Amino acid sequence: MDKPSVIDKEDLNKLIAKLNQQGYKTIGPTIRGEAIVYDRISSIEDLPEGWTDEQGPGHYRIKKRNDKALFGFNVSPHSWKQFLHPPEKKLWTAEKNGSSFKIIPEELENPKFAFIGVRSCELHAIAIQDKVFIQGPHIDSVYQINRKDLFTVAVNCGQAGGTCFCVSMQTGPKVNSEFDLALTEVLEKDKHYFVVETGSDRAQSIIENLDLRTAENQELKIAEEIIDNTAQNMGRFLDTEGIKETLFENLEHPRWEEVANRCLSCANCTMACPTCFCSTVEDVTDITGDHAERWQKWDSCFTMDFTYIHGGHVRNSTKSQYRQWMTHKLASWIDQFDSSGCVGCGRCITWCPVGIDLTEEVAAIRKSDKTKIDNI
Amino acid sequence: MAKKKPKLAVWKFASCDGCQLSLLDCEDELLALAEEIEIANFPEASRAFIKGPYDLSLVEGSITTPHDAERIHKIRRSSKFLVTIGACATAGGIQALRNFKDVNEFISIVYANPSYIDTLQKSTAIADHVRVDFELRGCPINKAQLLEVISAYLNKRKPVTPAHSVCMDCKRKGIVCVMVSKGDPCLGPVTHAGCDALCPSYNRGCFGCYGPKEIPNTSALSKEFKRLGKTNEEIKLAFRSFNGYAEPFRKESEAHEE
Repeated sequence: MDKPSVIDKEDLNKLIAKLNQQGYKTIGPTIRGEAIVYDRISSIEDLPEGWTDEQGPGHYRIKKRNDKALFGFNVSPHSWKQFLHPPEKKLWTAEKNGSSFKIIPEELENPKFAFIGVRSCELHAIAIQDKVFIQGPHIDSVYQINRKDLFTVAVNCGQAGGTCFCVSMQTGPKVNSEFDLALTEVLEKDKHYFVVETGSDRAQSIIENLDLRTAENQELKIAEEIIDNTAQNMGRFLDTEGIKETLFENLEHPRWEEVANRCLSCANCTMACPTCFCSTVEDVTDITGDHAERWQKWDSCFTMDFTYIHGGHVRNSTKSQYRQWMTHKLASWIDQFDSSGCVGCGRCITWCPVGIDLTEEVAAIRKSDKTKIDNI
Repeated sequence: MAKKKPKLAVWKFASCDGCQLSLLDCEDELLALAEEIEIANFPEASRAFIKGPYDLSLVEGSITTPHDAERIHKIRRSSKFLVTIGACATAGGIQALRNFKDVNEFISIVYANPSYIDTLQKSTAIADHVRVDFELRGCPINKAQLLEVISAYLNKRKPVTPAHSVCMDCKRKGIVCVMVSKGDPCLGPVTHAGCDALCPSYNRGCFGCYGPKEIPNTSALSKEFKRLGKTNEEIKLAFRSFNGYAEPFRKESEAHEE
């Protein structure tokens, strides 16, 4: 692609307008209540200018920054998953017709999303869900249509959050996977601009119309320094060396029981996780029984119904639920989908009401790795 | 010949009537319901009374008097399928707060003539007295869930009333967790879903109206409440409300008695 260009803060509006003109539904970070969430945005006025977030285990607060950064925060409570893989969707309705019934599939509409402010870890998460939903033998048609024309305006992180560990997962902070545009926000004493990299032809054609100037080497250098600085300030670290084997060899580690004492099995981690993809199917009828609907809803391996089969629950304790979640995310996912299921965004840590920290749990297991100790 | 409609009866025990009101509140669906089911006993809606046996009985309220302890057995005998509706019927209700104290002391303080009062020491759930086929949670119950239970009964399927946490509904609705983002104590992580995350939708912590969820870890949540600055007394009171006598909540409140 061409040499990166530079876009001034105000000109970002032109980019958003251009995307809207081309029929994209622009979604980006915005303040709602006491959080920075992803929602519809129509201009940079909607962005959380001058706000940041403070994240820790079971802790999230938004705070005023002492500058006017538009993307001066980390990741939002709910990931982009909510748009591509909606929490609840009707799959079909059925109408009774004498002794038979007729199935009427839901009509799908391409929402043509443009996501503004996607972080590198989140791009990786989308790529992982692509693998699950549209690159395997069974296609999820809702995800497929939501994903079809997705335009991503990524943002290289200018700061690391307290629960971030993308460096450990090799998923950031610099955008290193598929994107349309990637911005690096630069705030200098009297300048506020974005270095823009182009990652696709359609992005190229969009920015061609925006009259951007080519970035100077000094500007590129500053942008790189910002990202390097973020990489050096990760809030968390996860040792991924041989993690699959370590977890598989420690299925009876006492730490699972210990974490189960703290775990609420509330499922917040799985709901907040940008890669967790499990869903359940609910069939409902109306009073007459002439009309039925099938709904797909986000589910979690932390519910009892999740593993209910004839004869009982396969995993009927929080210990087995937590172990399943973590070993799938960090270990068996690798066998199943050729990558870790974790992108290091830290949401499971921040949004756990009791602040259970996955990186700490892995470290605890490593510290007293059963197999290693036995071998000494 | 028209098919014989199943007979529905609504029964009241110690309660505020709010749960059966949820049935009356199904305004748009009541006519359709009446097409499919014969409302044989529903005193809040009509004085008409049709003799049993009944196919489906909805039981509201808890057992608090010797008379009611007898009556519930009669109702069970005349009901093919018995569903308890609401926190009183499934956990003893708010009136089960008496269970933590001596009810005779209350009687002597409240009533001018205590000898007229014939009450039991404890307020208990219907399932403590008779076999219950299905329990619908909530204080009050959610009318959509009530219709779901009736529809499921009529269509011979399992009702969809998941026993997971309120948190799942919060996350599905895109509500930002009040506990994590504001430090407000919330019972959502240990509470049975069904209210569609009503309080967190209005930026408040969950009060636990639907009682304990499946495998609730109340002690871990209490520890977090402590970290958020709550006292033992406050934690005790948080668990001791509409579902205070549901076992996991009862034990947790007792653990914080000083």
